[in-house]
Formats: sequence, structure tokens, C-alpha cells
Amino acid sequence: MDVKALASGITPGRLNKARIEAGFADLHPALDDHEALVAADRCYFCHDAPCATACPTDIDIPLFIRQIATGTPEAAARTILSQNILGGMCARVCPTETLCEEVCVRETAEGKPVEIGRLQRYATDALMAQSAHPFERDVATGKRIAVVGAGPAGLSCAHRLAMMGHDVVLFDARPKPGGLNEYGIAAYKSTEDFAAREVDWLMGIGGIELRCGMALGRDLTLDSLRVEYDAVFLGMGLGSVNALGVPGDDKSGVANAVDFIADLRQAADLTALPVGRDVVVIGGGMTAVDAAVQSKLLGALNVTIVYRRSQERMAASVYEQDLAQAKGVRIICNASPVAVHGNGAVREIEFEFTDDDLSPTGETFRLPADQVFRAIGQTLVPGDLPELDGRKIAVDGTGRTTLPGVWAGGDCAAGGDDLTVTAVAEGRDAAEDIHASLMEQANG
Amino acid sequence: MADLTSNFIGIKSPNPFWLASAPPTDKEYNVRRAFDAGWGGVVWKTLGEAGPPVVNVNGPRYGAIWGADRRLLGLNNIELITDRPLEVNLREMKAVKRDYPDRALIASIMVPCEEAAWKAILPLVEETGADGIELNCGCPHGMSERGMGAAVGQNPDLIEMITRWCKQTTRMPVIVKLTPNITDVRLPAAAAKRGGADAVSLINTVNSITSVDLDLYAPEPTIDGKGSHGGLCGPAVKPMALNMVAEIARNAETADLPISGIGGVTTWKDAAEFMALGAGNVQVCTAAMTYGFKVVQEMISGLSQYLDDKGMALDDLVGRAVPNVSDWQHLNLNYVTKAVIDQEACISCGRCYAACEDTSHQAIDMSEDRVFSVKDDECVACNLCVNVCPVENCITMKRVEPGEIDLRTGKVVPAAPADWTSHPNNPMAVRAAE
Repeated sequence: MDVKALASGITPGRLNKARIEAGFADLHPALDDHEALVAADRCYFCHDAPCATACPTDIDIPLFIRQIATGTPEAAARTILSQNILGGMCARVCPTETLCEEVCVRETAEGKPVEIGRLQRYATDALMAQSAHPFERDVATGKRIAVVGAGPAGLSCAHRLAMMGHDVVLFDARPKPGGLNEYGIAAYKSTEDFAAREVDWLMGIGGIELRCGMALGRDLTLDSLRVEYDAVFLGMGLGSVNALGVPGDDKSGVANAVDFIADLRQAADLTALPVGRDVVVIGGGMTAVDAAVQSKLLGALNVTIVYRRSQERMAASVYEQDLAQAKGVRIICNASPVAVHGNGAVREIEFEFTDDDLSPTGETFRLPADQVFRAIGQTLVPGDLPELDGRKIAVDGTGRTTLPGVWAGGDCAAGGDDLTVTAVAEGRDAAEDIHASLMEQANG
Repeated sequence: MADLTSNFIGIKSPNPFWLASAPPTDKEYNVRRAFDAGWGGVVWKTLGEAGPPVVNVNGPRYGAIWGADRRLLGLNNIELITDRPLEVNLREMKAVKRDYPDRALIASIMVPCEEAAWKAILPLVEETGADGIELNCGCPHGMSERGMGAAVGQNPDLIEMITRWCKQTTRMPVIVKLTPNITDVRLPAAAAKRGGADAVSLINTVNSITSVDLDLYAPEPTIDGKGSHGGLCGPAVKPMALNMVAEIARNAETADLPISGIGGVTTWKDAAEFMALGAGNVQVCTAAMTYGFKVVQEMISGLSQYLDDKGMALDDLVGRAVPNVSDWQHLNLNYVTKAVIDQEACISCGRCYAACEDTSHQAIDMSEDRVFSVKDDECVACNLCVNVCPVENCITMKRVEPGEIDLRTGKVVPAAPADWTSHPNNPMAVRAAE
């Protein structure tokens, strides 16, 4: 055992380069041609297919799989991308086990669904390996639209608008576009800089001007955007993280899981990225799993996810939970943090067991911790926004907000699952509605 | 995307994929669904004479054969021509054609071999606005017992006669649909041409018994303990259909006769193969019956991508392989190949070894650790190993270039082609003048 594996505190290089690289390799490696044909062959080409119904972007899954089976993965990719321009990323990050693959009739028949996600990746990889962008812009409309946020919702919206002939200015607060695709997904789901390559490829449509480092409320105001542009789409996601709200939350070593994940994604050398020996992740969603698994892959000795409700209620899918446990992450349920202990830096975190209705049991326990990650949800950065519905921007079925000329979609908008694929669908549908609205104005 | 607009004997359709005259085209409801799904044309289910329509059996009318994983490979049917009144069909055809003017609508017709019968029905069909007619000289079951369908298709004189009646009576283009249940398909095709046919379509279904119930001792589908041969269609018949299309396309007498290719077209590739062998368009039935009308979308996107990749127009594809369909005696005997096994792709199942060792030329070596390799000094290039290998492109045939030694014969492979017609072992060999 490498001595560094046992070192206490938050320190880099717990594992050697080879082990780290192996750990962060593609979670679902690409299918080769033979594997793709065998996988595609299992599709029954169901009528009104359950998989397509389960897909938030309504991809015609039986058709694209048949196109793979008949040797035309590029045609398959067009089928996918015409519905979901980020079909490449969704193939990698969609929780297919709770969407298309869960309802596959092969799952019903044999307990083993058609590998839809991996087939989607096979097709989109094949098309993206060709240089040309597969879609063309319609004749110019002369309309200019501001899209705020270059994450899945904003990219999807911008691409669809550009395709319909509008000029789009795409703003993002961060230095790079991609949003959670670039900063917020476990590295083993998006290897070889795929998120950035996909954005470059998407921009190949033309007509989208990208302006990074521009945040709403800091560098831009909604009012000025509404004046300057014919329409505005808000897709800036949730920029703020919920606090633990317990004593010691501010101790050194307590951090946001999303920041850890972002740092990890942007790190040029993972052996230089520090991680604790005893890591505790608080939360029960995908972010918690991504942070926990990646901590383990960086060499943390003990990684524990603590979730306040029962395991069945975890937002992370069973597949994700299994993945975490297979990587050596311990999952403790029905426990809420009550205090973070330590002298300046965290040393321990104390929990109390809770019932399913979150009422305290009086039984407490402590876990050693030199690094604690909060993964208990994100919230909208407050500001001059359209009316909210709860804690998110209120929208109707096509993404219209309460402000005329302003649409919203993705995680910042109310409703939806906070999934990449849902954001893509919302961005696309808002673009269609923006287009219809602007054309109606122009013709009316 | 390539332009798939098709012009077959003057009949235009947005793509070359027509639904064949068959159960899917028996009613307005189905045909509208087909056109909405994207089919370029429809050959309406065969019309019979006015008056009381035919009746169908009330027990099962389809049988099937399956491949692995219950994939439908062939469908056998004993359904007759339309069992709905002629006037109903005609009314529906007219309504459909009116609403889908850009799609091809062809009427399949089967009436007795009497001139009056044909002269009676043709004006009624013309009135619907149909783009053409197809003479059903192919159905092998039921109607053939009454002297129609395949009974006509098996008699070139009758084909010529009814084709001529039709050409004399109607302005509509006439397609003659041929039966494969015949020894030499060139004869009925030539007869259709003599009668003035604008095109032939083939193949109709193949006489078949798909299976036998081993408890009832009766063919399936079984109706009250008995069964009748039916007509087989689907992927299983495609090889026979391709050959028959090619035979007509390369026969001097019928080479210029347009062909509508039918028989197991399931994917864009099948369609492209028919067209390369001379079919101007294709007709589909079993794929639609198996997967629904939506299956045409893959055919459209696939053929379009193929043509784009090749930089070809649709018409460039038609007949492109015909010059390469030859007779055995003209095949180059100096073209020598050897099987090559890609060891990276090989999964060591040993099927190639079993096939070669037991049934062929003992040309594959198997090591103790299950590495399979080809013995070039034994390999006759039969291709059996390629065909039984479960991994596509794992075993391929590589040419022994002219000038190299064929290890099996020990001789240098000559550069000049040579075939059986000049081979020394051929007593009929044509020798160059001394």
C-alpha cells in the first residue's frame, strides 16, 4: 500500500497516476462495431415504443437503433440529434436505467434491456467523427435573441434558434461554455474533454456568438437584455448551494460537492488534486454519488454518503447507488448532520438518526472526517428575475415566464427532473415557442 | 440528402418504396396510414370481378418461420384477393388518390381469362384516378385453383393474352406481376413484354408449407385439422427473388423491360440490391406486416445516405450490378483467394474449424490454446468459414496477387484471366487458332 493512502488531511497524490487513470476511465466504454450490431439486433422496433415515450426529448429510439442495425449510424445520429442536439452527452450521462432502458420490453421479457444509451453514443460518435455539422441554418430572420447560460438548456435553445435562422448571443458566467456538462458531471462519464468538443461541434451550426464570463446580475441585467434583444431565454441553472445549517458548517474542509466536482473536471493533473482520507458526503442525489465516487477514485480511504431519509428515497438511481457501493463507498441512511467538530479544520461530523418523517430519534453517532461535501441541493441565485414558483422561475408548458419576451428552462425553471436531458428538451421547446412567437409578431 | 423521387414507367412517387398488393393495402384506412408514414406508393390489394366478393377462410391464414430470437424470416399466407365488394374498393381508391396526389396508386387486378371480364373492370379502375394497374399473375393459392393468379402466371400464352387485352383497353401503364413458381422466369417475362406490358413485378409468393403440427399431423396454418400450401414471402425468399430479377434484367429479350422488385425487402440495403440488379423500384409487404408502416423511414434514410456516400442519383443505381451478373463458365479461374482470420476479432468459437474440418477442405488449423489459423496450402477459398463465423469481418478473403504462388497448387497465379471456356479440362474448350 502506498503510504500516502493513509496520510491524514486533505492531500494530493494518494494514488499513483496509473491507478487514478484507470479509475477515471470511461464508465461505459464505447461499443465497437460488432458489439453495436449485436446490441442493435435485440431491439424489437416496438410500436409507439415505451423507450421513446420515456425519453424527455422524445428521441425515436426504435428508428435510430434500426438505422444502426442496417449500417447507417450517421442516419441514426440525425434521428437522435434532430430531437436532442446534445444526444452525445445524454448518451453518456442520462440515467437510462430510470428512463428509456427501464421500460424497454426486453427488460420486461428478460431483465436485460437493449443498451440504448451505449447505442446512442455509438451513433453520435460516428457522426461527430465526421467534420461537417449535420444541420443547416434556415434563411435569416433578422431577429436577435439572448440566451443566458451555456449549459444544456441554453445550448439546446441556442442551437434550435440558430437553426431556424435567428442570431443568438449566448452568455455564460463561467470561463467555459457547457454548464454542468463541463463543470458538473463525474469525469468518468465525460472523458477526453467530450463536453468541450460537443460544444465546439454544436456551434458549427453558425449564428451563435458566445460570450463567456458574463453573469446575470453582475455583468448583465434582464432589463437591458429585454431592451436590446427580441427575446431572452434564461437557462443559467442553479448557482447557489444550500448550507447545512448546523454548527461548524464553516470549518475548513467543509465544501460544496459541486465545487469539488468542478475543480476535478478542470484539473489538468488528477494526481495533484487533493482529497481527504476520511470523506463524508451529505446528500442523496447524483451530485452526492459523483462526489463520493470520485473521492474514492482519487484515493480517499473512507468515503461515506449520509442521507437523511431512507435509501429508497435517494434521488440517485439504484444503478448509481450500486456504482458507489461497488467502488467502496458506504451509504448511511436516515441520519441528519447535527454538528461539525474540529479545531479550525473539520475532524469529525456528528449525525443523529432520524425516522422516515425526519423526526429525531435521539441516537447520535460521529464519523471521522477531514473533508465534508455538501450535496443537499442547489438554489437559484436571487436577483431581478421573473416571478418564481416556489424557489424557481415560474414557466408555462413552453417555457414562457411571467415577463413578456422572456422564456426560461433547465434547472433554473420550475418543473422537470433537473436532468441534462430534461434541460435539453426545455431549451428546445422554448426555442420553438420563441420562434413561433417572433414569427407571429413579424407576420401579424 | 439524396433525392429519392422515383419515376417508374412514368408513374411518379416521392420515393421508390411501394407497398405490394397484399393484406396491408386492402383498405383506405391502412393505405392512408401507409402514406402518412411515408410510403411512396401503394399497389392496392387485388380487385376481383364485380358481384359477390371472394371469401376467406375463418381459421388462421398465416404461417411463419423464425430465425434466432424469434425473428420473423418468412410469412406464409393463404389469404385470397380482396374479400370486399369491388365498388367499395374503387370508391376508397378514388378518395385516397384525391387526397394523396403525389403518391403512386396502382390497382392490382385478377379476373378470369376472358376478354369481357378485363374490359369490364378496367374503365372502373381508370375512373378512380389510379396511376396504373398490376395484373396479378402470381398468387399461388386458392385463386390458382380457379384458373387465375399463378395458373395464368405459369402459362406464358395466357400472360401475353391478358396483357394485350389490357393494353388495348386502357391508357394506364400495365405491370405484370409474375409468379416464382415456375422453372424459368424469363419465359413469362418475355410473354408479358410481347403482350405490351410496360413492366413486370416480381416475385409473388413461393408455394410453401412452413411447418407441420406434430400432434395433429397437419400443415400449418391448420384449419380444422387440414392445411393448404400457401405463399411464402419475407426475408427467406429474397435470394430467389434477386436471382429472378437479375435473370430478366440480363436476358437480351427482356433487358429493357422495367422491373418492380419484390421479395423480402426489409431494409434500405435489400432495396438497393434489387435496384442494382435492375429493379426500377421495390415493393414491400412482409417488413411492413412485421414492423408496421414506420419501417419505411429507415429505408428512406438509409438509401438516401447510401446514394450520398456514393455520389449517385437514384437512377444511377438501377441496373448497376447487371453487367456483373454472369454465367459460371465466364468466372475468372485465375482469381485466387485465401481466407484470413483476424486474430484480434476472433472469439475462438471454433465454428470455422468444425465447418472446414468436417465438411470442407481441412484448411484451418486449431492450436491447443484455441488459436485458429488458415492453412494456405489447403484453402480452396470456398468461403464457408466466412459464412459460419459469428463475428462479421473476422474472417475475410484475401486475393493472392498475380505473380505470387498459390501454396495449394504450388503454381504462380497468372495475371491474365482465364475461365472454363478455355480450360484444358473442358472438352468443349475454345482454343486459340494455332
